[in-house]
Amino acid sequence: MPTNLEIVSPEKLLLSRPVDMVVIPGSEGDMGVMEGHSPMIVMLRGGTIDLYEGDRVTERLFVDAGFAEITPERCTVLANTAIPLAEVNKAEGERRLAEAEAAYEAADKSDVAAEDSALDAIQSGRAMVEAAG
Amino acid sequence: MPSLKALRTRINSVKSTQKITSAMKMVAASKLRRAQQQAEAARPYAERMDRMLRALAASVAGSPTAPPLLVGTGQDKVHLLIAVTADRGLAGAFNSNVGRATRNLARRLESEGKTVKILAVGRKGRDYLRRELSSRIIGDISYAGKRRIDFGDAQEIGVRVAAMLAANEIDVATIIYNRFQSVIAQVVTEQQIIPAPPPPEGESVDLGGATYEFEPDEETILAKLLPQALAIQMYRSLLESAAGEHGARMTSMDNATRNAGDMIKRLSQNYNRARQANITKELIEIISGAEAV
Repeated sequence: MPTNLEIVSPEKLLLSRPVDMVVIPGSEGDMGVMEGHSPMIVMLRGGTIDLYEGDRVTERLFVDAGFAEITPERCTVLANTAIPLAEVNKAEGERRLAEAEAAYEAADKSDVAAEDSALDAIQSGRAMVEAAG
Repeated sequence: MPSLKALRTRINSVKSTQKITSAMKMVAASKLRRAQQQAEAARPYAERMDRMLRALAASVAGSPTAPPLLVGTGQDKVHLLIAVTADRGLAGAFNSNVGRATRNLARRLESEGKTVKILAVGRKGRDYLRRELSSRIIGDISYAGKRRIDFGDAQEIGVRVAAMLAANEIDVATIIYNRFQSVIAQVVTEQQIIPAPPPPEGESVDLGGATYEFEPDEETILAKLLPQALAIQMYRSLLESAAGEHGARMTSMDNATRNAGDMIKRLSQNYNRARQANITKELIEIISGAEAV
C-alpha cells in the first residue's frame, strides 16, 4: 500500500504522488517512511530524499533543510528548495558551503542558536556537494 | 467660449491620456493574473505549515519555556505595525487606505499609552506615513524595479522582525495590508503575527487518537519552524497585496478610460456646436451683406 508523498516549497507544490516508501534525511538520521508510520514531525537536514517503488529507487531529490510531517496516510515535506539530484550543481554547492563557512567564522560563538544554525548551513552545503559529486 | 483651436488641442490631449490609461489597464490585467497564480501556488505550503504549527503549539501549550514568537513577550507595550503598500500609485485608494488604517491604529494605540513603531513596506506607504508619523518609522523596504516578489524578500522581513523581538524592542507585531478579495474589492486587513493568533477552534488533524512524536524535540523544531511561519505569513500578505495592487489599478484605469471617453464626447459636442455657430454667423454676415447692397 502506498503512502502519499508531498514535497512543498514556499513558492509552489513541487511533487505530490503516492510512493511505496520514501527515505527522508531526518536531523537525527535517515528514516524510511511507509504507509502506517506512526505520526511524527521531523526536522530535516540537508540531504537526499529517495522515492521507492517496490524496492527500486525511482526518483532522488536534494533538499537543503526543512520539516516533514508524517501521518499513517501521508508524508508531507516542507523544504525551501528541492532539486532533482541530476540537476544539483556542484559549483553552487561549493559556493554555498564556502558562504556557510564564512558565516560560521563570523558568527558569535557565545550565541548557541546562531552557532547551531551556521553549522546546519555548513552541513547542508556539504551534503549538496556530496550529492552532486 | 473657447476657440476652436483650443478645443481641438484639448480633445487630442484627452485622447492620448485615454490611450495611456487603457494600456495601463491591460498591463495591470496581465500582471494581476500572474500575481494571482503566484498567490495560488504559495497556498499549499502555508496550509501545511499551519497544520504542523498547530500540532506543535498544542503540545507546548502552557509550557513556561514557550518561545516568544509564539506567545509574545508577555507584555503589550511596544507595537510594531508593518504597513504593506505598493511602490507605484495610480491605483485608486489602494495605498491611502492602508496609510489611513495604519495612522488610525497608531493613533489609537498611542492614546492607550503604547509605543508605536512602523515598518513601511512599499514606497507609497512610506511617503504617506512620513508626512504624519515620520518619528515612528523605524525602517522602510521597497521592491521598486523588482519584477516579482520571491520568498527570500519575505524571509528578510521575517528575520528582521524576529530579531527585533529577540532584542526586546517590540512586544506585538501586526501586518496591515490589502487583502485581495476580487478585482474590484481589496479589503484592508490588520493581522496580528506576534504573538501568533490562536488557531481556529474545532479543526484539528485527525490521527485516530494518536499524537505526534517529535524528532529531535518540540522546542528545537519550534525554534526553526516559527521564523519560517513568520516569513510565510509575510510572504502571503506581500502576494495578496501585489494581487490587490494590480486589481485596484485595473479598476481605476478602467474608470479613467471611461471618464476620458465621456470627456471626449462632451468636448466634441462643444467643438461641433462652436463650429456650427461660426458657420451660421458667417452665413448671416454674408446674407445681411448681400441685402445691404
